[in-house]
Amino acid sequence: MSELWYELEPFLQQGTLGLVNGAFYAILSLGLAVIFGMLNVVNFAHGAQFMLGAFVAWMLLNWAGIGYWGALVLAPLLVGLLGVVIERTMIARLYKLDHLYGLLLTFGLALIIEGTMRNAFGSSGLPYQVPEAFRIPPVDLGYMLMPAYRFWIVVVSLVVCLGTWYAIEKTKLGSYLRAAVERPQLVQAFGINVPLMMTATYGAGVALAAFAGVLAAPVYSVNPAMGANFIIIVFAVVVIGGMGSILGSIVTGYILGVIEGFTRVFYPEASATVVFVIMAIVLLVRPTGLFGRA
Amino acid sequence: MPRSQAIALALLVAFIAAAPFLLFPVYVMKVLCFALYACAFNLLLGYAGLLSFGHAAYFGMGSYLSAHAAKVWGFTPELAIVTGGLTATALGAAFGYLAIRRQGIYFAMITLALAQMVYFFCVQAPFTGGEDGIQAVPRGALLGVLDLTPDFTLYWVVAAVFLAGFLFLYRIVHSPFGQVLKAIRDNEPRAISLGYRSDDYKLLAFVLSAAIAGIAGGTKAIVFQIATLTDVNWPMSGEAVLMTLLGGIGTLFGPVVGALIIVTLQAELAQFGAWVTVIQGVIFVACVLAFRRGVVGELQQAIRRPL
Repeated sequence: MSELWYELEPFLQQGTLGLVNGAFYAILSLGLAVIFGMLNVVNFAHGAQFMLGAFVAWMLLNWAGIGYWGALVLAPLLVGLLGVVIERTMIARLYKLDHLYGLLLTFGLALIIEGTMRNAFGSSGLPYQVPEAFRIPPVDLGYMLMPAYRFWIVVVSLVVCLGTWYAIEKTKLGSYLRAAVERPQLVQAFGINVPLMMTATYGAGVALAAFAGVLAAPVYSVNPAMGANFIIIVFAVVVIGGMGSILGSIVTGYILGVIEGFTRVFYPEASATVVFVIMAIVLLVRPTGLFGRA
Repeated sequence: MPRSQAIALALLVAFIAAAPFLLFPVYVMKVLCFALYACAFNLLLGYAGLLSFGHAAYFGMGSYLSAHAAKVWGFTPELAIVTGGLTATALGAAFGYLAIRRQGIYFAMITLALAQMVYFFCVQAPFTGGEDGIQAVPRGALLGVLDLTPDFTLYWVVAAVFLAGFLFLYRIVHSPFGQVLKAIRDNEPRAISLGYRSDDYKLLAFVLSAAIAGIAGGTKAIVFQIATLTDVNWPMSGEAVLMTLLGGIGTLFGPVVGALIIVTLQAELAQFGAWVTVIQGVIFVACVLAFRRGVVGELQQAIRRPL
């Protein structure tokens, strides 16, 4: 192997591992973008709902004996249902007000969810085993061995993100959704139940966050603070990508995960802040974000 | 100053003068520090219409630098607080310059993200002492003469800092500059079409707000003789929002009332641990859904006079 390869290999390895974080950034920023597009609400509770997904997975396993695969379906359904209730009882009352109130309300909800979980489970974190199916030898990528579960995260997140993109951009239901984003009154006049679509959109966005939470449970310890840590980075991702584009938010999520991985090679101390630094640079150069519309 | 506000100010001064004889001075000092912090935040949200979700950065850096100046550099307390205030000013200028490039909810997300960057910096930087924070900060002697170690002496200094900051903010809001800020808040395109450079106004408001938040943080560090990561983490930003929302956004006295309620609540509920977080969340939700004017805002509505 050449000298150059020696230099490049750690970048390739860390960049690939960065895809794991990028997978979470992508799913979460996708959910935020979908909710914001339809409801004009920045869902500050997104991180808390992500964390709730992980906790529901833990509860299903320890209290009901339902394993990882069951949790992957059930937890998003349950948390999504909670999202539907939240949208109907609270968020729906704010649509006529300034967008800031939606942010403040969901911030309050995030505090309630986080505080409740901290009361119930403490702040130290609970273990969640890597599911049986992934306790196999790591995947050989040629330049590195990747733990099977992390490989799974990257693959499944890609499938979910592209599936969501497809559903919104290429299906009939998605076309109603996009139309309702542009002209809600007109779409309503065509006999489509726009309020119902808004409720469903919020529920689906929240379910996405919970799905990411279940995925994250075996990698990070399940703890009440995991959501807040993620959501603030995801906000920066959303500022960088701009919330106008579904595909944009997905791509930005993965790219930033990879850049974070690279940073871990040449300047590890900055890996926690690099996303924020990139956000600052993007604001200077292109204030509307990489994929944003002015 | 309208008569209703003059009366309210007289009541506030009377309360501050009487409080140390009736209540714990340290508790009242905490209320005053947080009230000043919330007032600084309210300058942005209430009068410029900018929701900053990252004021912990200015409060926290003010706190750290004041503590560091007093402990390591041996500054007198007033110089230490000024150091904290200047640090926050510089930080506010840099972050404000970035954040005002976007509006509305993006502005909130940007300020939050930038503040989190400061938090991670403080976690790693050696001078902050990591998880321990900067402890045993000396209260020192005012101008090198008046020993501030007794709570009762320090109280009058903190009261003076608070009142000076409060009146300064009043002056800003009621100056021509403040009028333009309100015009930008209500209708930015129109203000621009009248020839006002709205970005300059917003930036100056941001810097002033950050500066006063830094002074509030620095004063807090001197009072409690400690600066920690709590001062600079995101829940601290949330507290400024909560106090202002509960007290009344865009009212002169709202943030003070909000700070009084929240600090009291935290003191009373301290033994219940994370329930404090839950209750704060419930207050947020209740305020947004049913109580958007806040305590002082409702009062103002009832007596039909500005407060």
